[in-house]
Amino acid sequence: MLRRKNAVPIRSAHIRESFGDRVFLVSVYLLLTIVLLVILYPLVFVVSSSFSSPLAVSSGRVWLWPVDFSLRGYQVAFSNPQIVTGYANSLYYTVFGTLISVVCTVLVAYSLSRRLLWGRGAIMFFIVFTMLFSGGLIPTYLVVKNLGMLDTRWALLIPQAVAPFQVIIARTFFMVTIPDELAEAAALDGCSDLKFLWNVVLPLSKPIIAVLVLMYAIFQWNAYFDALMYLKSDALQPLQLVLRGILILNTFASGTMDPEVMAQRRLLADLLKYTLIVVGSVPVLIIYPFAQRYFVKGMLLGSIKG
Amino acid sequence: MIESETVLDTSAALGQSGVRPLSSVRQITSQRHLAMKSLRRHWQLYLITLPALLYFIVFRYIPMANAVIAFKDYNVVKGIWGSPWAGLKHFELFFNNPVFWTLLKNTLSLSLYALVVGFPLPILLALCLNEVRDGLFKRLVQSVTYAPYFISTVVMVSMIILVLSARLGVVNQGLGALGFNTINFLGDPNLFASIYVWSGVWQTSGYAAIVYLAALSGIDPALYEAAKVDGASRFDKIRHVDLPGIMPVAVIILILTVGNLLSIGFEKVYLLQNPLNQGASEIIATYVYKMGLLNANYSFATAVGLFNSVVNLILLVLVNTFARRVSDVGLW
Repeated sequence: MLRRKNAVPIRSAHIRESFGDRVFLVSVYLLLTIVLLVILYPLVFVVSSSFSSPLAVSSGRVWLWPVDFSLRGYQVAFSNPQIVTGYANSLYYTVFGTLISVVCTVLVAYSLSRRLLWGRGAIMFFIVFTMLFSGGLIPTYLVVKNLGMLDTRWALLIPQAVAPFQVIIARTFFMVTIPDELAEAAALDGCSDLKFLWNVVLPLSKPIIAVLVLMYAIFQWNAYFDALMYLKSDALQPLQLVLRGILILNTFASGTMDPEVMAQRRLLADLLKYTLIVVGSVPVLIIYPFAQRYFVKGMLLGSIKG
Repeated sequence: MIESETVLDTSAALGQSGVRPLSSVRQITSQRHLAMKSLRRHWQLYLITLPALLYFIVFRYIPMANAVIAFKDYNVVKGIWGSPWAGLKHFELFFNNPVFWTLLKNTLSLSLYALVVGFPLPILLALCLNEVRDGLFKRLVQSVTYAPYFISTVVMVSMIILVLSARLGVVNQGLGALGFNTINFLGDPNLFASIYVWSGVWQTSGYAAIVYLAALSGIDPALYEAAKVDGASRFDKIRHVDLPGIMPVAVIILILTVGNLLSIGFEKVYLLQNPLNQGASEIIATYVYKMGLLNANYSFATAVGLFNSVVNLILLVLVNTFARRVSDVGLW
């Protein structure tokens, strides 16, 4: 609508959509509606199933809406110690992993955004090159092993700490938002680099920190492979790994050999799967509205570099 | 400013002795001078790059050095540097192994399938969204389409398994209701690639479209006006204004995708694998994982992984050069 203001008023106001254009537009709307439904249906189906009764799910009566609304699935899910531990572990890894990652990323990205820094091009290349070539799975595993990190919490916090892509978008942000003149002026006033960073840059960096936090947090919450590779003890397993065990490998902590309990359990098995899917995605679902705004900004920043 | 000061100093000093400074001497001196000056003045900034740099050295570059075990017979006791050399033995073993061709075929066909389907669709989605007026519908479609991106791989694969389950899956239920036979989707090797690719499209198209939407929003409005004045229909506008506008971004993404052709996402394939579809689902990355970590065949697995990385690098360079030649756009 902005361009209307600048265009010649009379002409723009009277250019009508041709018939062909209107057909085109209708088909676009149609296509988008189909896409919307295709994406939406599985999500709605899964959530509905999770709120249905065990019997309804097992007999396949659920199509779109919950059948025989019941919270049974959630009851069972949250009373399972494996799942509760998994949740706690995932929260731990997400909070601390994100903290470590964001701090390291912001520090290096800010430094690299200062044009006065000699060698910044080389350092940037050093970092970005790792996006193009890597040593591979086993060599990285050996490093973690030789550092004694196997089967410790550190194995999930450090080996994936800094993502080159995040460094790129953070650096772009700093280059655009904190002009060198500002830093130089502060330096003239006797302000050290670090003080400047802490007192001036950080308060101005809320948008990019939000993007970094979101991207790293989502990555941490959803990750399972590093845990699969590096962890052995059950007590350290993040939620995704627990879910994998139950949902994909079909193992389920069975405490009893009581046939009745086991029969009940079989009935619950299908419902439980849907419930666990929802349970495993809850934090993501909560953050999603906030993520929306900032992610689009993040992609905009990233595509500037692109 | 600083550079000219240095030059003046040098030439002043040398001028006194009557010798004309060589320009190269001038450059070397001012470069080193710049470096020392920068280090001294901004030592704090250099300091704070250390955590990240240390990370990259330890967890990205040292593994590259460790990859040397691909040319050795790695012995856990002797360590990386103490293990005896084995030359190209592991590579030969790998290339001569009949499974090599299966792995290559599976990996490549999966990647290419994903590329052919997954590359144009987000562009199409972005173009469509761009045509729609801003409002509730547009925001709804946007929000919904990129929601699936945030679902974890484990949850995503679980959904696939549940929805496509031969016994209770919604799809098979629907087929049954319409009178068709149920299909064992996940046990059929021929369907593996399609399941993998289309579920990937479902999950990531909305998110990928954002990049293109961002690019589209950066197109000069004057171009649209010119098109309208020239009597362009919406379709023409897309062809002549929108598409050229997003081409740079599209090319970059294409380069990155092709450059990763052999490194197709391990996580999802691994979870979708089962003994029934293994003929089609065993890819290079899963093979490396099984050989290396599960069978502790470290040197061999590293050789395979190295092969993977090197081919990717070559592909990246090739595609980037080609893209540069054809469209002036490239990664570097």
